[in-house]
Amino acid sequence: MSQFFPFPATLNLANLVEEFFQQLTNGLAVGGIYALIALGYTMVYGVLKLINFAHGDLFTYGAYLGLTLLTSLALTDRLGFALGVLVLALMVMGLVAVLGAILERAAYRPLRQSPRLSAVVSALGASIFLQNTLMLIYGARFQVYPENILPATTLNIFGLYLPLMRVLIVLASVLMMVALYLFIQKTKIGTAIRAAAIDQDAARLMGIDVNRVIMLVFLVGPALGGVAGLMVGLYYGQINFTMGWVYGMKAFTAAILGGIGNIPGAMVGGLLLGVIEALGAAYISIAWKDAIAFCVLILILIVRPTGLLGERVADKV
Amino acid sequence: MKPRLDWIGAGLFAALLAVAPLFLNAYQVDVLNSIGLYALLALGLNLILGEAGLFNMGHAAFYAMGAYTAAILNTRYQIPILWTLPLSGLVAGAFALAVARPVVHLRGDYLLIVTIGVGEIVRIALVNDVFGITGGANGIFGINRPRVFGYIIRRPEDFFYLIWGCVALTIFLFLRLKRSRFGRALNYLREDATAAEGSGINTDYYKLAVFGLGAAWAGMAGTLFAAKMTIISPESFSFWESVVLFMIVILGGAGSIPGVLLAAFLVVGLPELFREFAGARMLVFGLVMMVMMVVRPQGLWPARGHQGFSLAALARAVGP
Repeated sequence: MSQFFPFPATLNLANLVEEFFQQLTNGLAVGGIYALIALGYTMVYGVLKLINFAHGDLFTYGAYLGLTLLTSLALTDRLGFALGVLVLALMVMGLVAVLGAILERAAYRPLRQSPRLSAVVSALGASIFLQNTLMLIYGARFQVYPENILPATTLNIFGLYLPLMRVLIVLASVLMMVALYLFIQKTKIGTAIRAAAIDQDAARLMGIDVNRVIMLVFLVGPALGGVAGLMVGLYYGQINFTMGWVYGMKAFTAAILGGIGNIPGAMVGGLLLGVIEALGAAYISIAWKDAIAFCVLILILIVRPTGLLGERVADKV
Repeated sequence: MKPRLDWIGAGLFAALLAVAPLFLNAYQVDVLNSIGLYALLALGLNLILGEAGLFNMGHAAFYAMGAYTAAILNTRYQIPILWTLPLSGLVAGAFALAVARPVVHLRGDYLLIVTIGVGEIVRIALVNDVFGITGGANGIFGINRPRVFGYIIRRPEDFFYLIWGCVALTIFLFLRLKRSRFGRALNYLREDATAAEGSGINTDYYKLAVFGLGAAWAGMAGTLFAAKMTIISPESFSFWESVVLFMIVILGGAGSIPGVLLAAFLVVGLPELFREFAGARMLVFGLVMMVMMVVRPQGLWPARGHQGFSLAALARAVGP
């Protein structure tokens, strides 16, 4: 970090403000990524009342598929940077969506009638399985996104120099969140998803094919998670087969923070958590960065288990 | 099986195990020692997860608390390592109580997430050398060998008897506990917490008590681990340790002591037999967890006296 933000020789207010906004925008970019992953958790939870532990690993698959496609197809060379990355993102979304649907079929549908907690165990098993498949294919080392593909441009926005990638990630994630929100709120299929989340049996009686709704949720959520994985690859340049676990836990924290099952909640929670983490890492301690999210998680579950925007879900005995 | 046959089987198993070091080489005995340590930890977790049905996936945190307590007391204050046993248990148990107090009422999957979070916070704290006493990422080394009546426990065979002696004692105590008023209350709590509360069982008290007890056991197992390794570092207490322990309990059959022992042998022992496939170990475990939940959710050797694993009953109580 220090080569990008050299320590100011004279500590003046302008530098401090500059530093603050750099951290804030960084937090927003990371928060956008958390929010995209959190949407997958919250949608699945909304419909199935299940914590899809394997969702974080689908995110990792997005990062790895993105790397493989980027290097093997040379999309950015053929189509230019903007179009290339767009096509890449669409391909990753499609592939990870299919993976999500397969996961639902293999690990969750057989347990639909079983108690919810055996589905949780199955989800954990699926997570471990997916992660280790990736390790056996790609190896345990960090994989690196090729640097020369990305233009190292910085944008000057109101006197603040921001890396292009950061701005793109914030814009793209906000765009996708708005699109999803409109899809859920304004379309007929979105209404069916909301209906199934409120009461599956009643939705079935109203002629909604709940199995298809669940399938759809397992297509949309992983697609967003997968593209978030690609974003991490492009933003940080380094990916690892275990990273889905940490990102998954943080995104889940974001989903809880906003109120699980609540789609705008996941967006707000993700952005908020990203900012909290970035500012915490900058002003409290970088070494404790990962612990900050877990502390937020525990605090929110103690103080307000329903989250900021959530309804009452965490039932007590 | 009749109860008498059970005891004959258990006796044969114990006798076989007791003479095993005479026929095995040092490496094989060491594998048995690892199995014993995992069995100890899993038996403690089994109280929390199996008997009381509380989803705890941060058991490695309590294990770490015990190991670090023992290591710090031994290397800084020269307290003989085995003497730290009660204090390690106490520290781990007290920590578990403090952590569990505000969250123990949370529903199953939420509790799971919180315990994962606690496990991670503890690991990060250890890596960051909290209070300057944990040695950071390198951990603590130079822990003394345990000494019993002037005899220094050093060889794998010595540790074998120490560890499996503790396992035997644990099994005896936990069998008594299972059949006590406390154990019955836990089972009732697991089957239907609302009904248990309605019948005058103080569910919060029992949940906390079993959390503390299971964690204290993990802490004491941590002392044995520190004594065996003489070096401890944060990586020994990662999230995956908690996952492996969770898996041992679920795979064996939650609430079943023979099941937990069997699963400890399978989960810890089998990868040693197939070392060339060591990389695929977790992959196979993940697959087994998925398949088990469909094919045999009650575990390989389910507990008797109630209908298999209580997931079904628990979910009935909680609702869809």
